[in-house]
Amino acid sequence: MLRTTIVSLSMVLGLAGAAFAADAEPALLYDVGGKFDKSFNEAAFRGMEKFKAETKINYREFEIQNDAQREQALRNFAKKGNSPIIAIGFSQAAAVEKVAKEFPNEKFAIVDMVVDQPNVRSIVFKEEEGSFLVGLLAANVSKTGKVGFVGGMDIPLIRKFGCGYVQGVKYAKPDDTVFQNMVGTTGAAWTDPVKAGELTLSQIERGADVVYAAAGASGLGVLQKAAEKDKLGIGVDSNQNHLYPGKVLTSMMKRVDVAVYNAAMDVKNGKWTAGVNVLGLKDGGVDWALDDNNKPLITPEMKAAVDKAKADIIAGTIKVHDYMSDKTCPF
Amino acid sequence: MSLARRELPPFVDYVVLPAVNVITAFAAAGLVVLAIGENPIEVVKIMIVGALGNAENIGYTLYYTTNFIFTGLSVAVAYHAGLFNIGPEGQSTVAGIGVALVCLAFDGAPWWLVLPFAVAASVIFGAGWALIPAWLQARRGSHIVITTIMFNFLAATLIVYLLVNVMGKAGSMATETRMLTDATRLPFFATLLKPFGIDLGQSPVNPSFLIAIVASVAVWLLVWHTRLGYEIRTVGTNSQAAVYAGIDPARIIIIAMLISGGLSGLLAVNEVMAVQGRLLIDVAQGAGFVGIAVALMGRSHPLGIALAAFLFGILYQGGAELGFDIPKITRDMIVVIQALVILFAGALGNMYRPMLERIFARRPAARAHEAEA
Repeated sequence: MLRTTIVSLSMVLGLAGAAFAADAEPALLYDVGGKFDKSFNEAAFRGMEKFKAETKINYREFEIQNDAQREQALRNFAKKGNSPIIAIGFSQAAAVEKVAKEFPNEKFAIVDMVVDQPNVRSIVFKEEEGSFLVGLLAANVSKTGKVGFVGGMDIPLIRKFGCGYVQGVKYAKPDDTVFQNMVGTTGAAWTDPVKAGELTLSQIERGADVVYAAAGASGLGVLQKAAEKDKLGIGVDSNQNHLYPGKVLTSMMKRVDVAVYNAAMDVKNGKWTAGVNVLGLKDGGVDWALDDNNKPLITPEMKAAVDKAKADIIAGTIKVHDYMSDKTCPF
Repeated sequence: MSLARRELPPFVDYVVLPAVNVITAFAAAGLVVLAIGENPIEVVKIMIVGALGNAENIGYTLYYTTNFIFTGLSVAVAYHAGLFNIGPEGQSTVAGIGVALVCLAFDGAPWWLVLPFAVAASVIFGAGWALIPAWLQARRGSHIVITTIMFNFLAATLIVYLLVNVMGKAGSMATETRMLTDATRLPFFATLLKPFGIDLGQSPVNPSFLIAIVASVAVWLLVWHTRLGYEIRTVGTNSQAAVYAGIDPARIIIIAMLISGGLSGLLAVNEVMAVQGRLLIDVAQGAGFVGIAVALMGRSHPLGIALAAFLFGILYQGGAELGFDIPKITRDMIVVIQALVILFAGALGNMYRPMLERIFARRPAARAHEAEA
């Protein structure tokens, strides 16, 4: 009885929200890393800005401070009829699932996690494929035969990055060593460039000459220290080549911006679909960054090698191991 | 606690002084808001309405208040024994593991049956995490501030390890346990009170708020009306004098820290068993550190702590609403405003004290002594 009341109540609210759907503004909910992390969340922001510039439709956004605010923010967006409501980060999954049930007529999207609800679009990336390519590049450019990886926190998502990277390195140079370190064990691990920089220095002292950062805003510390020591960093999520031109080998781009832009555009154009979108190299969801800043670092042989690996991954001749498939990394 | 200061009437000490501090803090925050080109009056209005404007918002405010009362009491009890417990964050994190273990083991059983066990687990795990720093302080003289901070990081490391490798949901990217069933999860007041026509919306305030109130009264009784409380205060005031009075400071330090850790642990009942319904990587979410400010501002008195916790609840919930309504006020701005309140109300809490002493100390001395009784 109680349940029915709640459900019918939320249906009414949902319908009320849907009535404004014609000129609905999209909404974006960032994860704890924050909007300007130069990385994952910022990519989402850029996607939305592009949508705004092209359509002149404004959007709403919110940066959370604690877990209780996730549901609160999603509900606030849903009540005000924002569409689609895009949640960034796997931590939002439980909140999205709950609020999506309460507002069955609203459109939700979540990045980095699958939420099995009829009104949710789940966008997940094959980070391992992009990490494989940058690992291959790192191995090709390394003179010491030692490369580094600095992750944010020891969680499955980051192991997924790390595993693809190691596989890429070993694919090019089976005898190379990969050092792996994690920045921390609390949420601060994603916003601690100083500690990430110290870890990078330690890896460089042990002989690493290329270090890949998969640590949100902390990764800036990795790129900075690598550049200071005249070694190479590898950026993540956004194209970070421009941060230290000539000192960033490449960036593993995870096109959260494209996914967010597409989600907003699909709603505007009435082409919205729910369900799971898996974006890999084939779909342009992940890629390595090549621009004027890192062009001198990439020799024609390296470019040929990485292009071939990319084609092989897309064709399926190279199988990149997905850490999440069995929660182990065989490399 | 310094003994050099003169006694103020309790009304001044517990009400006037904090009020003046808070007003100063808001004035300073107002200047910051003005500096970024927003109207401070409007901001205050949104904050107040957002925190107290309707039943749902009050529910959210009280949810934050619950956490802050637990950690505030925790810091206060240790403070009465002369100890600065910086560890509520870690103690409640470990308590979260305890609550999760109990709730998952009894998953499916009705919540009122599981609740006593969950409460016991939260207290035992929280106290257990405080035991080692307490023992090190009491027997080895290792400073409690350093050890409790270190134990915060150890707790964070432990919970990440457990959630990634042991307790995590199978086949999922998220670092969390599976959800508790609705039967076992502590229901929100919103659900409990709905049949009586009281609508609290979706707000997460739940019966653990009542536990916080009970804990406040219990701490008041303990500190001022029991022999143990007297011993705790004696050790806190002068541990050498305590020895002459036949009190073993080492024993009191350990007991006070166990109580302190247990109080922090209760936060996990609110977070794990009720609000989130599962164990997340970040149990306390900073409430442990807010608890320090709450205890300072509340003058380590349960009533003051409850009021200070409520104020911080308003700041947290009102701050969230600000973020929704004024895009220019970002998350970082809200932290600045909250930090100013902590600065003026907590760290600079005694700034106005000399002035107030000049005004009120002329009152008859008997008046001040009434406060002692």
